[in-house]
Amino acid sequence: MEIKVLGPGCAKCSEAEKIMRSAVDEAGVTATIDKISDFQQIAQHGVFSTPAVVIDGQIKCVGKVPSKSEALAWLKG
Amino acid sequence: MQPITTIRPLQAAPPPAPPLTPTAKLKYLFIGLAGVGLWYALYSQLYRLAELLAFSLLGLKPGSHLGEAVLFFFYDTPKVLMLLTLIVFAVGIIRSFFTPERTRKFLAGKRESVGNVLAALLGIVTPFCSCSAVPLFIGFVTAGVPLGVTFSFLISAPMVNEIALVLLYGLLGWKVAAIYLGTGLLIAIVAGWTIGRLHMEHGIEDWVREMHLNAAQIPDEQLTWADRFGHGKTAVRDIVGKVWIYMIAGIAVGAGIHGFVPENFMAQIMGKEAWWSVPISVLIGIPMYSNAAGIVPIVEALLGKGAALGTVLAFMMSVIALSLPELVILRKVLKPRLIAVFIGVVGAGIMLVGYLFNSII
Repeated sequence: MEIKVLGPGCAKCSEAEKIMRSAVDEAGVTATIDKISDFQQIAQHGVFSTPAVVIDGQIKCVGKVPSKSEALAWLKG
Repeated sequence: MQPITTIRPLQAAPPPAPPLTPTAKLKYLFIGLAGVGLWYALYSQLYRLAELLAFSLLGLKPGSHLGEAVLFFFYDTPKVLMLLTLIVFAVGIIRSFFTPERTRKFLAGKRESVGNVLAALLGIVTPFCSCSAVPLFIGFVTAGVPLGVTFSFLISAPMVNEIALVLLYGLLGWKVAAIYLGTGLLIAIVAGWTIGRLHMEHGIEDWVREMHLNAAQIPDEQLTWADRFGHGKTAVRDIVGKVWIYMIAGIAVGAGIHGFVPENFMAQIMGKEAWWSVPISVLIGIPMYSNAAGIVPIVEALLGKGAALGTVLAFMMSVIALSLPELVILRKVLKPRLIAVFIGVVGAGIMLVGYLFNSII
């Protein structure tokens, strides 16, 4: 599973990354988590409000920090 | 730049929202009304409580320096916190109806002038995190939102700040709050329009202009009223939870000025006669990066000591609308010339507002 957290690096973006990491640990799935802070790359995903979470190329949420339960649901789904 | 904003309510794969039954709607209406009633009952008693606390309980003398400073603090702190909680909650609910995606779709292809007005208004209600300014700029420009219209949005979003609005209303009355709202919108509209007229499209970094974006497929979320109340609560937790400390610090400084600085002390440096104080206030405000919560209580105290309203408004607008960190981030997508134009146009607008209010009030 390939997880990308898109965000330039404010408090909310790192919080989103932290939640995704702990959700991955909790769900016990194998996944790579990349934090993408380059504006050009963020824009290429078609995302323009951050933080955003992309799993296997699919945008899961934009403009908000996901809750743990949301994150777990994405990992299982 | 706005340091804090509510986050937008988008979710992937939204669960289908059950239609609200009339009773559920009534329930939320009732909770809302009861809440506002309770809020008002408490709010109307605050001054008496503060007097009780300062004079009866602490035994300070009414009219003494310390007594006045303490009364000011005990009255203003709960008043401002209560106002803030109410407004942030309401704004959180209003913002749940807007998302940057919808705003972008709405503004794309809008003509200038009308577009500038709509963008400035949407800048107030569209929630986005302050660090999203650059991705948002790219998103808007590549979707065909005219450059000037995009700027109207980006100027109004931090400039017209609900926290500042609440504080100005609570501490200085509705007239000053209305002036702030009106002129803030006007600056966003006119500055954006001017940037559009200057045809500065070449001032956008080349990689942004060459970018061809496919708008991502992001499912729209259906929200129930329970969700919207939840957004209001999250906003209160995020915003009030973060700014209360600045606010109390600001009020404490304000209380000190209120009780101890002599009347008309500020008239010399920030009064109407000092014409140079307006541009200097704007210049000092640019590198300062404070949130509205901390600055308004100080503004109130300065006004009370003879500083002119226009000068103080200009200072406040410059602090919250033009900030150095934001400019550094915008440099990634804007060439220096366009940044300079942006600072120049917005700064000029703020100065005009300053002079205007110094001359009419």
